[in-house]
Amino acid sequence: MDELDRQLINALQNGLPVCQSPFKTIATALMLSEEDVLARLRRLLDSGILTRFGPLYNAEQLGGALTLAAVKAPTERFDNVVAIINAFPEVAHNYARDHALNIWFVLATETPEQLPIILDAIAEQTGLRVYNMPKIKEYFVNLKLEA
Amino acid sequence: MDDTDRRIMHATQSGLPLTTEPYQTLAEQLGLTVDEVMARLKAMQANGCIRRIGAVPNHYRLGYLFNGMTVWNVPDERVDELGQQVGQLSFVSHCYHRPRHLPDWPYNLFAMVHAKSQTDVDHQIQQIATRLGDANRGHEVLFSTQILKKTGFRSRFD
Repeated sequence: MDELDRQLINALQNGLPVCQSPFKTIATALMLSEEDVLARLRRLLDSGILTRFGPLYNAEQLGGALTLAAVKAPTERFDNVVAIINAFPEVAHNYARDHALNIWFVLATETPEQLPIILDAIAEQTGLRVYNMPKIKEYFVNLKLEA
Repeated sequence: MDDTDRRIMHATQSGLPLTTEPYQTLAEQLGLTVDEVMARLKAMQANGCIRRIGAVPNHYRLGYLFNGMTVWNVPDERVDELGQQVGQLSFVSHCYHRPRHLPDWPYNLFAMVHAKSQTDVDHQIQQIATRLGDANRGHEVLFSTQILKKTGFRSRFD
């Protein structure tokens, strides 16, 4: 990853415009061709430096629902529990954390009614208590990190 | 959101086509005009269905090796006031009021912090503790040790 990659990542975290040639402005600013920008973008995605590129949908605004939940997975069953949880397409993010509650995941469903069903299914399939921690209030969200 | 919006969502939830004219490519895939695709994407951004169209980095790969979920036990009657203050700190990426699960989970205020070194993250946690003052009745920091999945919101009905 070089300096141009960093600038490209920072620019693309701010957002891509909706117009016929949306990479043109960024390409001009970085003194690259649009093809060069796309080649770099493809490389950043392929190498895993970027995990996604495209519209970021807001599940709640689409009538869906979100929650954060955690389980205490015994060490010897950790991989198995992760596999069970990740198999649900509703699991949008999942992180291992250094705590007794060692698996933390975000569930996003198309309707609020689906949330408890999925939480119950995860509890049943893993045999673990699922700690459901839906947000009561959001004070701040800023998803950008400077590269 | 109508059927056409849903088709656009399903076609783009794993990503935008990597072409110089991605909305044109998308329109061709869906049998729509580019003007209609762009108008709908703009409308979905305006009404909040799309937060933004952009890139999501892997924190670790950008050098942010210390990604901590800081969790705090503060009095419920002060959580809104304190959450607003903590959310304003520049290094906090998300800040939420969430329910306790007593007795083993007493924490009701969550703030995510991201740093490139242990020293930096310790300093960030100290700044939050200072901001909370006497209201802090206990806290923990849960560092992420591995990303197990990161796909974003996806529909089950592709």
